[in-house]
Amino acid sequence: MADFLSDFAEKFGLMFLGLAAFAAVVGILLFLADRAPKRGRDVLQLLIFLLPAGILLTVGLIYPAVNTTVLSFFNRNSQEFVGFDNFVWMFTQPQIQITLLNTLVWVALVPTLSTIFGLAYAVFIDKSKGEKVLKSLVFMPMAISFVGAGIIWRFMYEYRAEGFSEQIGVLNQIIVWVGGEPQQFLQNSPWNTFFLIIVMVWIQTGFAMVLLSAAIKGVPVEIVEASRLDGANPWQTFWNVTVPGIRSTLVVVVTTISIATLKVFDIVRAMTGGNFDTSVVANEMYTQAFNRGEFGQGSALALVLFVMVLPIVVYNVRIMRKQKEIR
Amino acid sequence: MSSTLRRRVLAPAAAVGALSLVLAGCAADTDEPGAGGDLDCSAYEAYGTFEGESVEVYATIVEVEADDLVTSWSDFEDCTGITIDYVGTQEAETQINVRAAAGDAPDLMIIPQPGLLQRLIADGYVEPAASSVEDNVDEFWSESWKGYGTVDGTFYAAPLLASVKGYIWYSPADFEENGYEIPTTWDEMIALTDQMTERNEGAYRPWCVGFGSGDATGWPGTDWVEDSVLRFAGPEAYDAWVAGELEFSSPEITDAIERVGEILLDPEYVNGGYGGVESIVSTTFNDGGLPILDGNCSMHHQASFYEAQWGEGVTVAPDGDIWAFITPPASADDGPAVTGGGEFVAAFNDREATSAVQTYLASDTWANNRVALGGVISANQGLDPSLASSQLGVQSIEILQNPDTVFRFDASDLMPAEVGTSSFWTGMVDWVSGTVTTDELTEFIDSTFP
Amino acid sequence: MSTSSGTNTGTSTDKVQKAETKLDQPLGQRNKATGGGKAKRVKQRLTSRWATFAAIVIAVIWTIPTFGLLVSSIRTPDEIRTTGWWNIFVSPSFTLENYAEVLTVSGASSANLGQYFVNSLVIAIPAALFPIALATMAAYAFAWIKFKGSGALFVLVFALQIVPLQMALVPLLQIFSGVLGISGTFPAVWIAHTIFGLPLCIFLLHNFISEIPGEVVEAARVDGANHTQIFFRIIIPLSLPALASIGIFQFLWVWNDLLVALVFSGGTADVAPLTQRLAELVGNFGRNTERLPAAAFISLIIPLIVFFSLQRYFVRGLLAGSTKG
Repeated sequence: MADFLSDFAEKFGLMFLGLAAFAAVVGILLFLADRAPKRGRDVLQLLIFLLPAGILLTVGLIYPAVNTTVLSFFNRNSQEFVGFDNFVWMFTQPQIQITLLNTLVWVALVPTLSTIFGLAYAVFIDKSKGEKVLKSLVFMPMAISFVGAGIIWRFMYEYRAEGFSEQIGVLNQIIVWVGGEPQQFLQNSPWNTFFLIIVMVWIQTGFAMVLLSAAIKGVPVEIVEASRLDGANPWQTFWNVTVPGIRSTLVVVVTTISIATLKVFDIVRAMTGGNFDTSVVANEMYTQAFNRGEFGQGSALALVLFVMVLPIVVYNVRIMRKQKEIR
Repeated sequence: MSSTLRRRVLAPAAAVGALSLVLAGCAADTDEPGAGGDLDCSAYEAYGTFEGESVEVYATIVEVEADDLVTSWSDFEDCTGITIDYVGTQEAETQINVRAAAGDAPDLMIIPQPGLLQRLIADGYVEPAASSVEDNVDEFWSESWKGYGTVDGTFYAAPLLASVKGYIWYSPADFEENGYEIPTTWDEMIALTDQMTERNEGAYRPWCVGFGSGDATGWPGTDWVEDSVLRFAGPEAYDAWVAGELEFSSPEITDAIERVGEILLDPEYVNGGYGGVESIVSTTFNDGGLPILDGNCSMHHQASFYEAQWGEGVTVAPDGDIWAFITPPASADDGPAVTGGGEFVAAFNDREATSAVQTYLASDTWANNRVALGGVISANQGLDPSLASSQLGVQSIEILQNPDTVFRFDASDLMPAEVGTSSFWTGMVDWVSGTVTTDELTEFIDSTFP
Repeated sequence: MSTSSGTNTGTSTDKVQKAETKLDQPLGQRNKATGGGKAKRVKQRLTSRWATFAAIVIAVIWTIPTFGLLVSSIRTPDEIRTTGWWNIFVSPSFTLENYAEVLTVSGASSANLGQYFVNSLVIAIPAALFPIALATMAAYAFAWIKFKGSGALFVLVFALQIVPLQMALVPLLQIFSGVLGISGTFPAVWIAHTIFGLPLCIFLLHNFISEIPGEVVEAARVDGANHTQIFFRIIIPLSLPALASIGIFQFLWVWNDLLVALVFSGGTADVAPLTQRLAELVGNFGRNTERLPAAAFISLIIPLIVFFSLQRYFVRGLLAGSTKG
């Protein structure tokens, strides 16, 4: 116990030191911006506001991204230029083809389902009694780590053969109760991918719901009112008033979830390890680069991930442009 | 990866071992070093003294086993002045790729499979072993063990601990009650299995099997195949197979796989306590053999480290609750043949302190120190088998040290990673799931050879 | 919920009072309308009995998995292994043995969660604050400082969200170990999380900050305030709800992260967070089945406390852009 306390004190001491140091650096920078000489003041202030983030991003993301792009054209230990070999490998290996296909299924289903469930739920509980509690229940998975979610759902999907043992997983127990045969949810391809996707939807719905619920409350009541007076039924009001009113939040939600989905890694790793045809690009990339030391192939997979996200980025940029014009 | 997972199960055994050591220490009049401060450093003089130097040792070993590891070199630290910083994480096998690539490699790493070692050597991260390390290995280890740490005639890494695979676990009481005899040949084993099927009812089947192991799922299947290849195709064919010269689709290997299939793919034979053939992949290897305790199966094929899985209160002894025999040979005239696994110590720099630690870990002194702490075995020839913490440990060390034993290293650990930690595993999974035939299996694995 | 949505201005300090009065026309009206419309809205809900029913079904389905985990965590190891958790309703049982085991049993082979718990806190607090601070500054610059290439630069930052973490690990570790010499320490983990969190934080905060009415900022500028003053007197007070909500999300993401910690903490008990320990226990699945539910539940506690105590901020904070078509 004494050890634990001193460990505790030491680590928290370090934390406060870190926080203080950070505050001091940022404080000094902003102070400098405040006292900047008139000449060149604008440039200096701009730099001070942008540079800290800019430097970190350049070092931590831009450089690695460029590096990855280069590596994807080299062999496993980056010694030899191999042209497009890694990409040829990717699109000719049946295993990787399945991985790519799975990733597309993930990114098609997770944002759609999470948003639909989140939006429906947000609308259903809006202004209802116990809204807070109901919200918390669905948001809760968001607070659970992927590792924790993996544990929870392994218990849900647990399989025991019929006649050999009692079921200990809820889903199979329900199947048995209604007279069906227990299923190996995580082993039977291709459906196992959907059972993994359910876990991600379970987590992300809370995120979608919280944001969309906030947005719905921001839709001016007068407009809803007006639509109502025009004789629209609730469904029409929802489609013609609420949805347009929360469109930009919807875009943020779908974008954020899509990107999180493309990067999904922990769920697959914790639940199937990418076995039984359930691998996705982010998992395969990790496996190739770090389990097998194939940095070339891993980088090539990363590049494919970039390309997959590109449409989402382009769409968002167009939205942003439009908004700028409005302003 | 497989080796990490295999390692994880060792901890409880080590705990039991450590406890028995403590008990022994209480009973015997101890001359433990450090007790009176008069540490006997004569055994460590040869390593020299290094004031203020520290060496980082990185490994997948955690928990009790890690504590034992640290204890095993504490005298060495006191006498040489080297501080050994032990960093243990179960992700070490993956993280070493990141750390090495980033120029942040540890001084030494305990590597649990030769495939990874060879890759790190090929990428130029590992330093050749100092001559003092090589001298120790020449003295205390067999030629073949030294070979696993050698690439292109250069010796890099010294072996450390080992495990014996191919044990078949059973309940002595179950065998006695039903009049079963320990089979002396593979055919007798099949006959015995047939005899056992008379009891098939409810959850009972003769064999219980579990392939599940996270992203390493399937490796217990490779162990089955390896045992079969060594017995039916012979050691030479085994070596050619490992080297990629003998294909999976060759008649020898296909025959060996089919013999395994006779057991694993027959719903009359498997999977006691868990279900049909398809339940093999959803049963974790940790749980695989446990139905023996409930009387739901009679035999389970798994390595010596499975001893740790039986849990508290289960005695592992010839007259205890659980015991094991080595997978029987093809014919009664064949000598003893076992497959096994092991780990290796590689250096990432050539500092003197680093090689001093590496040299010490290759010595008989260290092997005896560590094995005496319990839970593990080593193939070090200078090791005193009686130090092992369990009867199974003693037996395993004797098998490893027996000059007549035909020993072969786990084939999947030696094969290229594309096969050994990938297609061989997934192939076995598909095979027992019934999605591929034996011919499709062998063809698929052959196609993944680089 | 609804009340806090109408009290944005309540969080502001005296300093911004002046700016506030100038600002409150558009924003304030909206708020008043939202708040005042509450009673009417109740009647006009889209919800019917069916909607309520559907909501309850969703809530139950979403809760069952976690509830099962909670129930499992208070059953004996033997029960966890052999029967489903719903049997507790048939044959009730209760034990805290699993919690005692993962929390208090010391010694190398125990789960030893206490130490990892501290690590998680020490990692997550700075790793939530740092990116928020830097992102606010950057978001302000993108929104309110006019400069050439502002749009393109912002798109670039946005696009950086897609850089897979996995690919940034090696280059970053190179810098940490080779240049800074901090690999395997808390600062390394903080910096890594800060970097990976920045693009999304900047994106979300920009959405919010750019919606602050231009008149307010202009008015301050006319009064002679420079960027630092505007930043402290207007931007920060007005963005507090957004800062809080995005900060909460960043905290949750960091708390639940496994990959970054795995690489930059060096994986040792001195620095590694709870998630890593949990992942290791999962690796022992089979042997530790009975410990897992309790361990998993302990890892949920802090995120849940954070969520429940700060949830009122979600409403205003993430409203960004919602009223624009």
